[in-house]
Amino acid sequence: MERRGERTLLDARHLRWVDPDGMVGLLLAGSIAGREQSVLPRLGLPESADVTGYLARMGFFEAAHGVLDFEAPARRASGGRSDVLLEITSVASNADVHAVVDRVQGQAGMILSSKLGYPASAAVQFSVMLSELCQNIIEHAEAPGWVAAQSYNWAKRLGRFVVVISVMDMGRGFRGSLMEEHSARYGDRWGDATALEAAFLHGLTRFPDSGRGQGIQQIRRQVRKWDGAITIRSGTARIGQVPEWDDTPPLVDGLSPLPGSQISIVLPAMVRDPEVRGGA
Amino acid sequence: MRELPRDPISIDVNEVLGEVLGDVRKSVTSLYSSLVTRQTGRAVRAAIEMQLVGAGKVSLSLIDFSEVAIIDFSCADEVVAKLLQQYLDEGPPDAFFVFRGVHEPHRDQIETVLRRQGLAAVVESHPGIFAVAGEHSDLEGHVWTVLEERGSVTEEEIEQLFPSSTDRDALTGLVVRGLAFRSHGSGRITALSRLVHHLL
Repeated sequence: MERRGERTLLDARHLRWVDPDGMVGLLLAGSIAGREQSVLPRLGLPESADVTGYLARMGFFEAAHGVLDFEAPARRASGGRSDVLLEITSVASNADVHAVVDRVQGQAGMILSSKLGYPASAAVQFSVMLSELCQNIIEHAEAPGWVAAQSYNWAKRLGRFVVVISVMDMGRGFRGSLMEEHSARYGDRWGDATALEAAFLHGLTRFPDSGRGQGIQQIRRQVRKWDGAITIRSGTARIGQVPEWDDTPPLVDGLSPLPGSQISIVLPAMVRDPEVRGGA
Repeated sequence: MRELPRDPISIDVNEVLGEVLGDVRKSVTSLYSSLVTRQTGRAVRAAIEMQLVGAGKVSLSLIDFSEVAIIDFSCADEVVAKLLQQYLDEGPPDAFFVFRGVHEPHRDQIETVLRRQGLAAVVESHPGIFAVAGEHSDLEGHVWTVLEERGSVTEEEIEQLFPSSTDRDALTGLVVRGLAFRSHGSGRITALSRLVHHLL
């Protein structure tokens, strides 16, 4: 990302591949830059027709409308979205969460079963997980966000298919959400990392209701069952629950500040032969 | 004197959901019945409570999830845990609930929210098969199963069936927790499934 005067340029011309984290990240960067400037940030479209076509199938250009300034690419005749698990969807209201859950039910069962080898019942758990992820935006960020999910063949990295889910919002982040209720008990230790630990590991929320705070805990439990990885980045910190096949450190602080929060989940295909496991 | 609730109420959650979601469903052209989001759960619970207002001093409700495709944790907390919690908060329960159609896709969410709040509920886990979901001891589970198999027990039968005081305490606990109904007149304790049997 480079700045030219008062306008930000997101230069994606040389992009050769992009996943849901990348796409949603572009929208978040554009939103933040646009909020601080009087004009929409400019997006330099990828020169690769494959990447542009993929962005179109993922609904990136519809989602970027009003967020980024770009020349709409020519539509390709084969613009079907049958291979997309969940195209980029804006989440700002209760109805949006219902729309996400509704959309994903059509595709989730088939993709989770055929690509990951999960049982048919996984579609329900996957939908429940997406619902809780999206509600995290509405209930805690108090600002809009996006969600997207897609399956990939991580042939070199893992030797398996994976499903990647990305959720980002431009809200107040975990530290901002928990500060009023919980910062005092942490004293000088209070910061982005401790806020993430409080929510991610201990299930704390700003709500006094004991029924709250289970969304992330249940997402973690489900991700663990599927031997997946989950990370949450907010402010200058990132926390994660990582399986054996992933070498991401469980807690990192001192990162570049990220407004809002970013939740990334990777769900790998089931392994039938234990010897195939490992070796990213 | 507290006798059996005369007319158990049957509440189809899918219908309530349809009324609550009205505009939302139109906007997403929903093909599925998804009981998701805390906001939706709150609205569904409020609609259920409205139906219970005129149900009499002692009420029994069959809350039917059979047509619900998905229920998430937030909604389960609002529609099941909080519904039970508020009637139990007021002392010995006058409102009893049986949750119908709690099949495998819903079971984990409902179990989880009940356990988190230290609650339990009678659920229909398979057609015509009932179970206790949520937080309960092995002893409570055993006593409940004996009651469920017999349908109901008189005071005399209680002494015979449960000679141990710990068993009898567990039986009393089921009544206090809203998992069985005791008639104040006869002292007979009845399994909730028997009281809603004609609605299934």
